[in-house]
Amino acid sequence: MTARSPAAPTRDPAWLKWTLITVALAYVVVVLALPLLAVFVEALRKGEAAFFASFNEPAALSAIQLTLLVTAISVPLNTVFGLTAAWAITKFEFVGKSFLTTLIDLPLSVSPVIAGLVYVLLYSVHGWFGPFFAERGIEIIFAVPGIVLATTLVTFPYVARELIPLMQQQGTDEEAAAATLGAGPWRTFFLVTLPNVKWALTFGVLLCTARAMGEFGAVSVVSGHIRGQTSTMPLHVEILYNEYNFVAAFAIASLLALFALVTLAVRAVLESRFEAELAAADRT
Amino acid sequence: MPLEIDHLRKTFGKFPALNSVSLRAEDSEFIALLGPSGSGKTTLLRCIAGLELPDSGSIRFQGENLLAQKVRDRRIGLVFQHYALFRHMTAAQNVAFGLKAKRGKEKPSAAVIKARVEELLALVQLEGLGGRYPSQLSGGQRQRVALARALAIEPRILLLDEPFGALDAKVRRELRRWLRQIHERTGLTTIFVTHDQEEALELADRVALLKDGALEQVGTPEELYHQPATPFVFEFLGDVVKLPCEIVDGAALIGGARVTLLGGSRRTAGAGVAHVRPDAFDVARGESEGLKATLGDVVSAGASARLDCRLDNGDALEIRVPHDLAQTLKPGERVSLRPREARVW
Repeated sequence: MTARSPAAPTRDPAWLKWTLITVALAYVVVVLALPLLAVFVEALRKGEAAFFASFNEPAALSAIQLTLLVTAISVPLNTVFGLTAAWAITKFEFVGKSFLTTLIDLPLSVSPVIAGLVYVLLYSVHGWFGPFFAERGIEIIFAVPGIVLATTLVTFPYVARELIPLMQQQGTDEEAAAATLGAGPWRTFFLVTLPNVKWALTFGVLLCTARAMGEFGAVSVVSGHIRGQTSTMPLHVEILYNEYNFVAAFAIASLLALFALVTLAVRAVLESRFEAELAAADRT
Repeated sequence: MPLEIDHLRKTFGKFPALNSVSLRAEDSEFIALLGPSGSGKTTLLRCIAGLELPDSGSIRFQGENLLAQKVRDRRIGLVFQHYALFRHMTAAQNVAFGLKAKRGKEKPSAAVIKARVEELLALVQLEGLGGRYPSQLSGGQRQRVALARALAIEPRILLLDEPFGALDAKVRRELRRWLRQIHERTGLTTIFVTHDQEEALELADRVALLKDGALEQVGTPEELYHQPATPFVFEFLGDVVKLPCEIVDGAALIGGARVTLLGGSRRTAGAGVAHVRPDAFDVARGESEGLKATLGDVVSAGASARLDCRLDNGDALEIRVPHDLAQTLKPGERVSLRPREARVW
């Protein structure tokens, strides 16, 4: 038997601890870190000039713009929806509540491709509502509105899911107290409810943003891949890759990866600050 | 002008939380809503505050129909059982919340709010702690912030839901006395919910005892204690020993001894069940009038002692006697127990 340190919090042998740590680390390196590194290595393979040149191209700029636009629309939509849904589910009793809760999780379990296909079914020229919009000159499928809809659907649970457990735990006493003190619903929301969930809301929005920028499957189905028009960054990466333009493909991919890393970093920083705040509050 | 609650009913699903409750609180009166859990006392309080809407009945205050008013317009201060302080605000910000929420001309200036907050924090003896967050305060301190916050809106009625429920015994007693002083100083009509009979009897002008959503008895602490209307009231307000008895000539025969029947008791002849407080027994050594018993354990508990007795018919009986008397008694001794007074319903 291996000697045990007297300070060890568990009685598990050291070899078990180190095996587990090694397995976990190796897994993370192989599955996550190496591919991520490869993206940046490939992007810079032909030097910085080629890397930056990849962005200085109309189709690439258009893809970046479109991705930012889609994110800028779908994230606020899902933020408002997430808050509304979390509020409704945690502060009220109503028929169909558990159904709504389940429904919110649906986009997480359904393949994004199916989400895209559903929109095609509904809004394409031959779809259920397509003709109605087509008559009025509104294009949805193979156009920006379709991409926004698909992205919104796929990223729809993230804000609500961060909020619901926290708001459930907090209950409704503080809101009731605000009402007895003469505060109206808006005042209560902005001064009591919102500050109580600000961190969960921030995390939800960050996660939702990261996911919205990177969405491929659903957007791929509805976009039509029109270069320079309906191509988002993930789609543009695919186009470039299929054209054997590896440096440009990885350059765009590295920008996407960078967005994701920044989002994660912001979250990590906020989380550590949040913990510090909590710890400070706990000190008597 | 009094607060008048008339035939209030409220059901949750099929569970009747309030079953035709009528209660009147005079100006400046201090009323305790007492009852076991599930008796509807908190529901009644929440109906007055406006957090629950009764199915039928009315609540009127100063001639106004309270049920027609929104929670925010009622100006009724409510102190929640778990305080419900705004966790991201300091104590001072909590107290200021209601003042800042006032609208239009009623809204005081920042300077007035600041002064008022200081004044209220002083009233609840929390000077200098205004900058603390709720999580940095002890239970008793949070309780007082909650009270100051409720008082800030100059409420017309003050409601407290189990105000001392989460505090330890010593803090409870201190706060109890102090709450009574605050009530005397503010003169507010105050209603508080409690399941602790000692708290209700000590604090309140009148006690309303609830059982299964209905009022069992309303009266002064003396009335409830000395003239309980039902066995439930008598049992809820203290320990009870039940003994079979025979009513003869307006007195109860228990173990051959004639025992005085207290006010409100049935006096018609026949068999009955005598309800006696455990401290209302005279204990004599050896065989004399009363219930014959063998003494079991003598357990000293401060000023009084508990005697575990075994009656000759095999029943166990626990009574309380003064400490001095208990010291003269030994386990295994033969004793005679004679109730001084009893109630029969």
